Amino acid sequence: MTTFLETLIGPRVPEHEFRAHRVRYITPTAIFMTARVLLLVSIFFPYWHMELEAPQYPNGLFLTAYCNHLTGDVREIDGLNHYIGMRPLGEAAAFERAASVWMILAMFLLVEGAAFVHSRWAVLLALPAITFPIAFIADLYYWMRTFGLSLDPNAPLSSSVKPFVPTIIGEGGIGQFRTYAEFGAGYWLAVGGAACIVVGFFFHRRAYRPLTLRADADAAVRAPVAT
Amino acid sequence: MKNTNARPRFTRPLAVLLAAGASLACFAPDAMAQQEGRRRRATAEAKPIEITAEQTAMLTKIANERKLNVDDLLAAAKTYMPSGRHDEYVLFSSGGQSGQVFAIGVPSMRLLRSISVFTPESWQGYGFAGDSDPVRKSLEINGKPVLWGDTHHPALSETAGDYDGQFLFIGDKANARLGVIDLRDWETKQIVKNPLTVSDHGAAFVTPNTDYVIEGGQYATVLGYGYAPPEDYKKSYRGMVTMWKFDRTKGRIDESQSFAIELPPYWQDLADAGKLASDGFFFVNSFNAEMATGGVEKGNPPFEAGASKRDMDYLHIVDWKKAESAFKAGKAQKINGFSVLMLDTSIAEGILYFAPEPKSPHGVDVTPNGQYMVVAGKLDPHVTVYSIDKIKKAIADKKYSGKDDYGVPILDFDAVKEVQVELGLGPLHTQFDNKGYAYTSLFLDSAVARWSLGGEYASQHAEQPWKLVQKTPVQYNIGHLCSAEGDTVSPDGNYLISMSKWSVDRFLTTGPLLPQNFQLLDIVQPGTTMPVIYDSPIGVGEPHYCQMIKADKLKSWQVYPQVGWNPHSQALDPNAPKKGDEGVTRDGNKVLVKMTALRSHFTPEHVEINEGDVVTWRITAIETAQDATHGFCIGGYNINLSLEPGEYTEFSFTADKPGTYPFYCTEFCSALHLEMMGYLHIKPKSAVSSQPVETTTALK
Repeated sequence: MTTFLETLIGPRVPEHEFRAHRVRYITPTAIFMTARVLLLVSIFFPYWHMELEAPQYPNGLFLTAYCNHLTGDVREIDGLNHYIGMRPLGEAAAFERAASVWMILAMFLLVEGAAFVHSRWAVLLALPAITFPIAFIADLYYWMRTFGLSLDPNAPLSSSVKPFVPTIIGEGGIGQFRTYAEFGAGYWLAVGGAACIVVGFFFHRRAYRPLTLRADADAAVRAPVAT
Repeated sequence: MKNTNARPRFTRPLAVLLAAGASLACFAPDAMAQQEGRRRRATAEAKPIEITAEQTAMLTKIANERKLNVDDLLAAAKTYMPSGRHDEYVLFSSGGQSGQVFAIGVPSMRLLRSISVFTPESWQGYGFAGDSDPVRKSLEINGKPVLWGDTHHPALSETAGDYDGQFLFIGDKANARLGVIDLRDWETKQIVKNPLTVSDHGAAFVTPNTDYVIEGGQYATVLGYGYAPPEDYKKSYRGMVTMWKFDRTKGRIDESQSFAIELPPYWQDLADAGKLASDGFFFVNSFNAEMATGGVEKGNPPFEAGASKRDMDYLHIVDWKKAESAFKAGKAQKINGFSVLMLDTSIAEGILYFAPEPKSPHGVDVTPNGQYMVVAGKLDPHVTVYSIDKIKKAIADKKYSGKDDYGVPILDFDAVKEVQVELGLGPLHTQFDNKGYAYTSLFLDSAVARWSLGGEYASQHAEQPWKLVQKTPVQYNIGHLCSAEGDTVSPDGNYLISMSKWSVDRFLTTGPLLPQNFQLLDIVQPGTTMPVIYDSPIGVGEPHYCQMIKADKLKSWQVYPQVGWNPHSQALDPNAPKKGDEGVTRDGNKVLVKMTALRSHFTPEHVEINEGDVVTWRITAIETAQDATHGFCIGGYNINLSLEPGEYTEFSFTADKPGTYPFYCTEFCSALHLEMMGYLHIKPKSAVSSQPVETTTALK
């Protein structure tokens, strides 16, 4: 009789079956492993860049967002932003930046868990990692919008620069600045990780679905016939 | 079963592909560049140009209208810098009586900036930080403010005989001082005053690793600011050369490890340190070996005649490594608190030798390999070339032609002379290139002479060794000259500057006081081709000597490394006010103002103090963007600061004149620059006494 736990984690692969079809069972685990590595490595790469160009900054100003910190000309950009009454960038997404590494580590472990769960519930474990890139965009947009729309009305240039939503991807402009924003390598690694997980599930299902079906069939055969 | 077996076969290559893709994503160069946070920018590409017939016609028309010949067009093409293009070399020039140093780009000859050394200068805020300005303090001599200098010879710091771009030294002839400039922020860090002598000439010259900065004297005096009548000249007056010990890690001269060498009262002139073959020696010229004391008013021959009477003066040959040992062995005496190796010590220790040189010469310049010392005749149409091998041999063999009145051995002229080369009238100074040529300025001929070196240089050029090759006229009265890194162990052979003293008709007339003329010569082609390609008027002092360094050797800071940087100590200053830390505090009549400057406001904007308060005012420019410089001035109190990004400055004054004083930012820092101001309220004593006595108030 299958327990609730067995239903949850799905059937185990019998030794002889694993030996016979090693590749079939290793593939999903390997792809998940790749996804996890990509996700982990993404911590060390920038997720998002913005370059600001203006005549008096011939070398441009740069803003680089890692999942847990901001680098680049933050100080200078904050200095300029004070003219239009925008709050310092350091005040944005403070929780997200503090939690991101832990969240990524948690996703790392959950995806590892997904490799050991051979039922459809594995998808649930991997869901945070799959949706992470979209959540990142949503969060970035939220903060940009919040900051852009809540300018201090007493700022020096508040009469000439009205509240606006900065462009988070592609070309935008504010005052004499042109802004160019794009995702960084870290973001694409996270996207790659999510894509790997989706592909991994194809092989996951291909490997474990027959076992589940067989187990169900066996259970049906062994079960006493209802009268 | 067969079916399921077949499926995983194509999964294997797919998995490999995925893994490969993932690793590519990690190591793609683009990703790495992005990680730097700096996208690579496309720089304007210099494509080979083709001039169309139409453009040629246009060029010809302009040239004819402006009366330019083809040589002029070529000269323009060699020197013109399009907007945004950087010069290849930086010329550090003495600013003469302006007391400053000028930095000029070569080949464009555009003035990049001046660096204040001996003269307070308001734009740089140099010497305008109130009563306690350390700059003002460093410009005092015997308690007197001496607010100018006659800057003469700049010397770039060297490592193994080559410019390293770290420091610049400059001598003040009028007051026997030496300035030390740090080339990270291009600011003067130290001024040392020679306590032995009133004036000097041969400063500054560095030893090949900048262990010492050499300062040769000039007009003999009684060392240590002493007095003796001219009748006692021979007995009491002395010359000297000083070895200033440079501490590279501190970026300062260490006066306690420095010493001087007493010399006979001949007027020492220029100096140069030996290198490579002649490392361990330095050489100083002299004139007035006659020890003439002038007195034209008494019917005596004037100095100009008396000091030029003999046929020979003395090239001083100093073994400075031996001198250093003698100093370290405690063989120096103190004069006016400064260590001096006395003449008898130098003679006994084999530190000092003389070699005869044609009378009243000017520069002594060592060839890049250190083999030869070239002495320019000034009053003699030759340069006299000495060989270090022959000098060493003559010293070893004691090949003396005699001793001077003070007992200094004089090496036999013929034993140490390599050759004499006739160049023309008034040879003064010599520099070198990488093609085996030397270049000597001819003051009276108003020309630059190119001549061929011999010895190991003979194979580098097509000419006979030790021969005049070309004389290019310059306008006019050339003093020093300077080729690109032309006094190092590896000259570049690229450009040459003629520091022409008179410009006469070269520029528009600017009243009776005319600018000097820095002329740029193209010395790239060998042989007789050596045209003047640019004239550059210098209308701020009479520069004396300059050195030209490859621009990429300079590792200048774009902004100060940390916010709160004190340029005097070249370190972060614990007193620098931080953002949020501003305010005004009082202790009795002592007031401390802590202020920050950031586009476009000072914090605080109102400072309220009382008449008679002694104010210490600290400002940090909490800026980090390149060129976001602020100024700060208080009218009527002689205060103006230059607050470069990150810079911290402290100034102080006594608020002795009450009133309402606007202070403002003196650099056009931003669109709201005019709004970057505030008020200093100095309450009159009458208004203060009617109020209760304040103790400590934090206005913030």
